[in-house]
Amino acid sequence: MRKAKIIPVLMLPAILFSRAALAIQRFPKPEFESAYTQPQTQIPLPRGEFLAYLDVFVLFASLCLVTWLVLKKRSRLLVFLMSLFSLAYFGFYREGCVCSIGSIQNVSLALFDHSFVLPLTVLLFFVLPLVFTLFFGRTFCAAVCPFGAMQDLFAFKPQALGSRLNTVLGIIPYLYLGLAVLFAATGTDFIICRYDPFVGIFRFNASFGMFLFSGILLLSGVFIARPYCRFLCPYGVLLNWTSRFSRRHLSITPSECIQCRLCENSCPYDAIDFPVTDKSPESKPLMVKKMMILTILVPILLLVFGYTGSRMQYALAGVDSRVKLAKEVLALSKGTGIPEKNAGGNTRSVPEEESFEIKAFKASGKTEAQVYSDASIVLKKFYVGGWLFGGFTGLVIAMLIAGRMLPVYRKDYVTNKGRCFSCTRCTDYCPIKS
Amino acid sequence: MPGRREFLNTLMRGGILAALGLLSGSLLLRSRDEKSCSYGFDCSGCNRSKSCMLSAALEARQTVWQLDMTKCIQCGRCATNCVMSPSAVKCTHAFAMCGYCDLCGGYFKPGTKTLTTAAENQLCPTNALKRKFIEDPFFEYTIDEELCIGCGKCVKGCGAFGNGSLQLQVRHDRCKNCNECSIARNCPSQAFTRVPANKPSLMRGLGTELLNETAKKNQVNA
Repeated sequence: MRKAKIIPVLMLPAILFSRAALAIQRFPKPEFESAYTQPQTQIPLPRGEFLAYLDVFVLFASLCLVTWLVLKKRSRLLVFLMSLFSLAYFGFYREGCVCSIGSIQNVSLALFDHSFVLPLTVLLFFVLPLVFTLFFGRTFCAAVCPFGAMQDLFAFKPQALGSRLNTVLGIIPYLYLGLAVLFAATGTDFIICRYDPFVGIFRFNASFGMFLFSGILLLSGVFIARPYCRFLCPYGVLLNWTSRFSRRHLSITPSECIQCRLCENSCPYDAIDFPVTDKSPESKPLMVKKMMILTILVPILLLVFGYTGSRMQYALAGVDSRVKLAKEVLALSKGTGIPEKNAGGNTRSVPEEESFEIKAFKASGKTEAQVYSDASIVLKKFYVGGWLFGGFTGLVIAMLIAGRMLPVYRKDYVTNKGRCFSCTRCTDYCPIKS
Repeated sequence: MPGRREFLNTLMRGGILAALGLLSGSLLLRSRDEKSCSYGFDCSGCNRSKSCMLSAALEARQTVWQLDMTKCIQCGRCATNCVMSPSAVKCTHAFAMCGYCDLCGGYFKPGTKTLTTAAENQLCPTNALKRKFIEDPFFEYTIDEELCIGCGKCVKGCGAFGNGSLQLQVRHDRCKNCNECSIARNCPSQAFTRVPANKPSLMRGLGTELLNETAKKNQVNA
């Protein structure tokens, strides 16, 4: 604890004079006799702030343009060209940061941590695509998001996955969203950014593991079109749900569907709903039975998953640095951090090399009690968060079950408003042009 | 019945819009407590001590990552944990603080016998710290930024034996300003913080004026 005592002494001049005087001036400033001029310390400035607003403007402009191309021009070629622009600007020029997908975390952290400053630009990156989707469908996914644009280039031989597989894999984004919000809101980690497969490609710089992940993802994208967008993207969940209530949406045909079936295989993302003309209405007792099952099932699922989530409190909180530190400090104070070495029958404790975390803890002058109380606050957050995350998972599963239970009737081939990325491929297949 | 469905859709749309509006509004117009004022944003001269309302919310609030040397323990993770390789964190020299020592704790390995620029004497693993004779007994130390990997070995040496003029700093021309800094996540002393983009440096002893001021105050106190 020697260092801990030195620190407050060092802090004294800092409080008395200025931040600049914090270091100890052990050696006086030399007085040069020769004509030596001291070089200036170069401090490169960050990217200009107005450029952040330019990004928002480009986002807004390209959202407007793509929406117009999708809904009015219905031109796949122009949408494709626009997606190339987005890939170049938001992807390779802006290097994928800050993107709308990652902004989920900034918004959730800002909601729970009042000291976190949420830049207006980040908020706009979060809100703008959602508002556009609410009115015009997922035109953001069509050609503004650089991740989608990148994967779109690889969709050579898309295979239909079938509705069951689509539904099951479709749960992953909900879990990813739930975890991302949980970890961001507790101030633990930004997992969306950390495991972002494309940012490494945009920067030509990533760890081997991440390159491997993005390589596998892009290559699997040859057969499973846009795997990230469909089965991982947490922002896609929000867009999916806002798009379902969209005011206007891309339609396969500009006027009446003539049931020609030409568009049946045109969608690489399985986002075209086929007609279900079996009009036989389900019997009333069966419907009542289904409703009863659902009303019982939903609370059970919520409770079971919520409880499971809350039991995962320690496992989830274990990745938090504050909890990790508390564990290390506890081990240190108990002496378990020092392994007992049995050499020749002699039991003597060998002081283990202190971890940097412990060194930093000692240098910071914090007490053990402070560390423990910090950790217990985090643990409490994860308890509540675990309930919420588990409950959310249960709700998602209940929703999917309900979705499959309820009867469907559709006359025509229509785009699934939730899943459709508005890429306008299907419009090329429709023989009706006006 | 398309009419009913359309009505429900409109209702939901209105609901989502209202929710988004409420969310944005509460995030922008929220009162910022004193804790957030000490976040690094200059709130001096601000008489709205309890709450910063719309005007403050709409100010440019871009942040960048920076390393607070008062917390740094020079563990060396800056060199290895940045998403970029080499790291965006580099050693930066505050010349105004430097003592121009012959026996530089940042340049020489401890126990070096002859004070020459021979490779075996150097603490820096990449020969990024350059030593140049100025006049007896002063030597100038500069950093070759291309070679520096940000390991902080010289920073540790300088802080332990010298004035602490060698400091680790995020170089903003190299930093990608990730949404969450990968070094910050792994920093054992939580020395990485988001700072306002218009005040991107947390370096100590940058200007000679500041140091001179301190010296004057010292004299007065003495």
